[in-house]
Parts: sequence; C-alpha cells; structure tokens
Amino acid sequence: MSLEWIVRIVSEYWPMFLRGAGVTLLISIIGTLFGSLIGLVIGVIRTMPMPARGIKRILLKTVNGILAAYIEFFRGTPMIVQAMVIFYGTALAFGIHMERLTAAIFIVSINTGAYMAEIVRGGIISVDKGQYEAAQAIGMNHFQTMMNVVLPQAIRNILPATGNEFVINIKDTSVLNVISVTELYFQTKSVAGNNFRYFEAFFVACIIYFIMTFTVTRILRYLERKLDGPETYTLNQMQVATPEDMLRLTQRN
Amino acid sequence: MEPIIEVKHLSKSFGANEVLKDINFSVNKGEVVCIIGASGSGKSTLLRCINLLERPSGGQIIYKGENILDDKHDVYKYRQKLGMVFQQFNLFNNHNVLSNCTVGQIKLLKRSREEAEEVALRYLRVVGMEQYIHAKPRQLSGGQKQRVAIARALSMDPDVMLFDEPTSALDPEMVGEVLKVMKLLAESGLTMLVVTHEMGFAKEVADRVVFMDQGVIAEEGPPEQIFNNPRQERTREFLKRVLNA
Ligand SMILES: Nc1ncnc2c1ncn2[C@@H]1O[C@H](COP(=O)(O)OP(=O)(O)O)[C@@H](O)[C@H]1O
Ligand SMILES: [Mg+2]
Repeated sequence: MSLEWIVRIVSEYWPMFLRGAGVTLLISIIGTLFGSLIGLVIGVIRTMPMPARGIKRILLKTVNGILAAYIEFFRGTPMIVQAMVIFYGTALAFGIHMERLTAAIFIVSINTGAYMAEIVRGGIISVDKGQYEAAQAIGMNHFQTMMNVVLPQAIRNILPATGNEFVINIKDTSVLNVISVTELYFQTKSVAGNNFRYFEAFFVACIIYFIMTFTVTRILRYLERKLDGPETYTLNQMQVATPEDMLRLTQRN
Repeated sequence: MEPIIEVKHLSKSFGANEVLKDINFSVNKGEVVCIIGASGSGKSTLLRCINLLERPSGGQIIYKGENILDDKHDVYKYRQKLGMVFQQFNLFNNHNVLSNCTVGQIKLLKRSREEAEEVALRYLRVVGMEQYIHAKPRQLSGGQKQRVAIARALSMDPDVMLFDEPTSALDPEMVGEVLKVMKLLAESGLTMLVVTHEMGFAKEVADRVVFMDQGVIAEEGPPEQIFNNPRQERTREFLKRVLNA
C-alpha cells in the first residue's frame, strides 16, 4: 500500500530529504541573492546615460554589448544545459574541477543574474523620470542618484518579480542533479532507487517543494507590506513662526 | 550689477527642431527675473539648458565668469549651486519630507545629519511645512509638495533658484500658498529665475520680465514696460490673449 510506504520512507529517510531540502534552499537563496546583485549592477550600467562622445562612449557601448550578449545567451538556453557546459567545460578548458555545490551556486547565480538584469532595468525605467531629474538637479551623479533615489524605488517595485525568481530557483535547482549536486531531487532519486518506490518518494519531495515555495511566497508578501510603511504620519510639534521670523531666517548674506 | 548667470548665443535643437535660437540674457545677483511666453515657446528648455538637464547645442553659459559648457567643468558641483523647482514637484518618493531636504546636504555637501536637519527644519519652517516632516510625499497635497520642493532646493544653499511653472500643476486654491512663499523669498533677496503663467506675480515681484516667443527672446524689460507699454506687437498679442482668458 502506498500510504504505508510513504510513512515508511519518511520515517526512514527523513534525514536525506531534509539534507536535500537544505541544499536546495541554500543554492536557491545564495543564487537568488548573487543573481540579484549581478542584476542590480548590470541594470545600473545599462541605464547610464550615453556620453555624447569620446572614449567613455566607446567604453560604455562595448560594455553594454557584452552585457546584452550575456543576458541573451543565458536567457536563451536551458539551465540544465548551462550546468553541463559550465561544469564539464571548466574541467576541460582549465583543468579546474569545481566543487559541485560551488558549481551549482555559480550556475544558478549567473542564470538568475541574466533574468534579474532585465527585471532591474525594467524597474529602473518604471521609476518616474522626474525622480531622476530632481536628483540630478540637486547635483547628484548617476551613481548617487541610483543609490539614494532610483534604486530604492525600483527595488520596491521589482520585489514581487524577485520573489518569483526565488520560487523558480527553488524548483529549478532540481535540474542540477545532472551534475550530481545532492539537492532535494537528487536525494529523492536515491531514496526511490533504493526501494524501487518512485511514486511514494517523489510524492514526499513534491510536498516538501510546495512547503518551501509557499512559505517563501508568504514571507515575501509580508516583507512587501512592511517596506511600504505606515499609511499615516504624525504631525511634528508645531512651532509658530511669524512672517518676520521667516523673513529673518531667509535673509541671505 | 554683478551677473551670476550669463547666457550667450545659446541654441538648442531636438533633431531638426530648433527650439532655442541665439538666446542672450543674464541674471544678476539678488534679481528676480520672470520668463513668460506661450506654451511651446521654449521656456522649460531654456531653464533645463541652464542647469544642464538638457545639453545645449551651441553657445555659452557663464557662471561666475566660467563657461560651464567646457568639458572640464564639474557639472555636479555647478548644479548644487542652482536650486530647481519643477512643475511636477518631483519630491523623492522614497524619502519623507525631512529626508527630502537632508539627503542632498548629507551626500553632496557632506554636512552632518544634525546640521542638515537643522538647515532643513529652518527652511521647512519658512515654507510652513515643519509640521509634516514625517510625512511621505504621497500623503501631501500638491501645494504642500511644492512647498517642500522649495525647501529642499533652499536647503542646498543655492546661488540661484530656478522655477519652472511651479504653480501650473496645482489646484487653483493651492496656487496662493506657493506664490506667497515665493514672494517671501524674493523679498529676502534671493536670486530667482521664474517661468510662470501667473502674470500678477510677474508684475508684482519681477525686477525684469523676459517674453519668449518661438524659441527667441522677443522682448525684455522691467514689468512696467512689458505689461503697460510693450514695444513688440507679439508681446501685446500674447498679453491680450492671456489676460483676457
Ligand atoms: N525632449 C524633447 N524632445 C523633443 N522635443 C522637445 C523636447 N522637449 C521639448 N521639446 C520641444 O521643444 C519645444 C519647446 O518646449 P518647452 O521648452 O517645453 O516649451 P515651454 O516650456 O515654453 O512650454 C516644444 O515644441 C517641444 O515640443
Ligand atoms: Mg514648460
């Protein structure tokens, strides 16, 4: 009977499932984090205003070209294939044997980076142009404008999309079993193979994946609401100033 | 009189569209200059060229004796010395009222938080918004937003304030509160360059009025001349149109 087998598999193999889930979470959390950082940096570079002429213009054009190629390439090929190419490719080309977990985090990071770069760029563009101009008008440069005004708003706007990337990563790290990373799918496959109980083992994995994605989604919702801050504000202690006071205060030397 | 900003032979084209043609004028220290003119005549573009939000196509902008269009000139330092007030307010949406007025001081002028807040509070008091320091821009009315925007610009201790139709996006009942603040600033001796459709304000407050038409300065003079004895036919026609509207 299936139910009996499920109970048996869980009670016997729970440490394997738990370790698998832990590795899956680790890879997707770090991958999403690094991926978002890559996306932020690329998004800021790709929205820089193009200098009118000179060496800086050529430089920025070249960098933009390279970044566009990176984005297109990683969005246009399956992560499972990227994993194989990068893992075996680095071994072949440089004789480097990447540690499997490191390789997994590396692959998820640059893959997520490609998607996040476009998400961040969209987020930056969606911030009202007047915000950028007002920051420029008080004398901020592109970097200061981004850090103090545009990115905080862009990040808030792209939070739902970033959470979505995170959830996708939790699910898609399963493809990394092709390079034998001991994430949840890989562990489940071992459990199933040991007992020839495929349905039961993967049913358990299914539940665990769902619990992880569901929890993450809820936490992110909560964070979004928290970030938006309170709907009301308190009035500051009133200090009555006469027009004469005000004039004196504005008197310029 | 000592000019703070001198515009010489300034031109600006967007593609084939020549929006500003051979503009020459200056703003002296302590002076209030109002720019009037029909919509599309290039007033905003002129203001945006002066603080380099638009790159002029030709000519010179002399600030304290230096041409700021020289490649080696520090654009960012220069912009710190010009306060800009936009038609659409453009308060930083991720900052509250107080922090809108301190972020530039802290990040650009390297003032301490305490000093920046002191300066900010002083100007927020001037514009009558010191009660609202904890509010976010989305929680304010248009008139309140614009008064905070003025305080934000003043907090940087600018040499000149540029206003681009500061009351045009406001509901009629809020225009007065903003004009009142601007009048106060003018009386305090602040140098101001104001693009406006408020003819009453220009008449009363301006030391000099510049009338723009189709990308050129058509007439320039004291308000008495422009409003009572315009020398150009097109000035007369423009005024007739707006004053009878
Ligand atoms: N970024 C731009 N690109 C192309 N044309 C523009 C741009 N900004 C302004 N213009 C054009 O320049 C002319 C002057 O505009 P503007 O300076 O905004 O006039 P005003 O402020 O006097 O109403 C208009 O014909 C407008 O269409
Ligand atoms: Mg305009």
